[in-house]
Amino acid sequence: MRTSSVKQTIHGTNMRAMAIEQKPIQAEKRILLEHEHVPNIKQIDVYASKGGYEALKKVFQGKMTPDQVIDEVKASGLRGRGGAGFPTGNKWSFVPKSKDKPHYLLSNADESEPGTFKDRVILEKIPHMMIEGMIIGSYAIGAARSYIYIRGEYTYGAVVLERAIEEAYQAGFLGKNILGSGFDHDMVVHRGAGAYICGEETGLISSLEGKKGWPKLKPPFPAVEGYLRCPTVVNNVETLAAVPWIIRNGGAAYTKFGTEKSRGTKMWSVSGDVERPGVYELELGAPFTALLNDCCGGMKNGRKLKAMIPGGSSAPIMTAEESMNCKLDYESIAAKGSMLGSGGMIILDETRDLVQVLKNLAEFYHDESCGQCTPCREGTGWVEKILHSFTEKDARKDDLELLKTVTNNMLGRTICVLADSIAMPVQSYIQKFPEEFESYIARSNATGPRASIYSHLPGPQ
Amino acid sequence: MNANPEQASQKISHLSSVQFSDAAMKEFQKILTRYDSKRSALLPVLHLAQDEFGWMSPAVIDYVAKLMDLNSAQVLEVVTFYHMFHKKPVGEHHFQFCVTLSCWMQGSHQMMKSTCSRLGIRQGETTADGKFTVSAVECLGSCGSAPVVQVNETYYENLTPEKLNRLIVSSKEGAPKIP
Repeated sequence: MRTSSVKQTIHGTNMRAMAIEQKPIQAEKRILLEHEHVPNIKQIDVYASKGGYEALKKVFQGKMTPDQVIDEVKASGLRGRGGAGFPTGNKWSFVPKSKDKPHYLLSNADESEPGTFKDRVILEKIPHMMIEGMIIGSYAIGAARSYIYIRGEYTYGAVVLERAIEEAYQAGFLGKNILGSGFDHDMVVHRGAGAYICGEETGLISSLEGKKGWPKLKPPFPAVEGYLRCPTVVNNVETLAAVPWIIRNGGAAYTKFGTEKSRGTKMWSVSGDVERPGVYELELGAPFTALLNDCCGGMKNGRKLKAMIPGGSSAPIMTAEESMNCKLDYESIAAKGSMLGSGGMIILDETRDLVQVLKNLAEFYHDESCGQCTPCREGTGWVEKILHSFTEKDARKDDLELLKTVTNNMLGRTICVLADSIAMPVQSYIQKFPEEFESYIARSNATGPRASIYSHLPGPQ
Repeated sequence: MNANPEQASQKISHLSSVQFSDAAMKEFQKILTRYDSKRSALLPVLHLAQDEFGWMSPAVIDYVAKLMDLNSAQVLEVVTFYHMFHKKPVGEHHFQFCVTLSCWMQGSHQMMKSTCSRLGIRQGETTADGKFTVSAVECLGSCGSAPVVQVNETYYENLTPEKLNRLIVSSKEGAPKIP
């Protein structure tokens, strides 16, 4: 990385400043973002003045054992914020206690799910919160080394992290014998190089091993056999950033927020047709209307909501009706047939053409399929081609059936869930908005071989 | 492939000139200390090589392979897997437009098209003077401040046709800037 030039040329991104006034919005419940507006909170002294690294001191000076740390995180009910929602404390407890192999903690900062830009706020603005969480997590699982796998495009974030880690070393929070505990720990920023699949935990591990980011079959799970075939925990940035608060205030305090099964708060990154797109932190279980109206200022230009994608582009779509009375927690969204995922919410207004939207996503997933499993490599391509024929007035009467067949042959038939990430949206768009697709079919009276199928691919001009 | 002797000799001369500077070599040694396996350092070393040499020519791939105790095919498969490694030379100002959903909804496609036609190139191409390359890239994680264009390593967010114009003009004059 051209570190020096980056420092000079990159202005800090100011995405929240444009979206949010200084005073917190009533509907928000800021735990992670409580001090996000404090100037220079990315510096260690400012972060420490707001209670930063107190959790770390509590662990080491209070002589908490790794098991006590894990129990506290278990008690909080914290679930992985990257997409799968797996309980974090349980994940940590799966790491074997034996020390015959080194253990690793990896922070998944690959944030590349379309619609998701929440981790970037933590990485660029409050990096120490995640770093503190990583040191505590590493102590809990007995890791002497941790890596922050940050997507290659986040150059500014990588520079901020490098600087923050340097500060943490100087303060004695990293390195040898941290706070006199006898625990040694080193932390490394590792930049990806542009591949969506590296956000999948086993793809991330392959990538960190210096290979193409091909996911691996599970089991064995990374907790047993991960990076370099050693026990490894991969946690999302937001998950790790919640750890200091939980340790400082106790797991029980965290359970006061959220619902019974979805504890705590969640950061939502909202984009699309709203007045104030941005990152907002709400209690899990908050109503969707609070996020849409109170935080985001409602629909852009006063238009009507047509549909909403709740958890990143791989989440099945929800109709306006389903959205408006939906609560934002893992269970409520799952009950509507979608998923909370990464919390990357995309709002679509009444003017949006969902066939075009789906085609855009199909292009993304086809481009990003790693090519390892045939159903995904070929299926994503076919979905893209079929949807392309829709927009080229070349659709066929039985194309909806064809799309269903193709996606049925993708679902659950691959090593990782990238295939499902487009197959599920395709099925949900067709199921919930059939008229959009049918109107395209009605407009096309083409027969015979499809000319459109290859017309969008680069070829001889 | 290299039937043309002139091309072949050019390739050889390029190969012999591929060597890290002293500073890059020092950085390379530092990178190796951060990993428990040498191969894990491949991505950071490739980033370093791209900063040093501009793109991943066959000679650069051979050089990195030698440094990393790998064979060239192992390095090549990694280089071609990741979008950020350039498989051919790119211009001085590399305009990378995000074309995924949230940016696309804000018109990033049109902005990319207008940039291409203004520069007289197609997507993925470089201008004859080597100043500009225009590429379409996937989601850059800037959906709330869409549309975004990444010029080399810098994000320019909440792009408008007017801002884009200033960005292109200032790039032509030397360094990209939105006043």
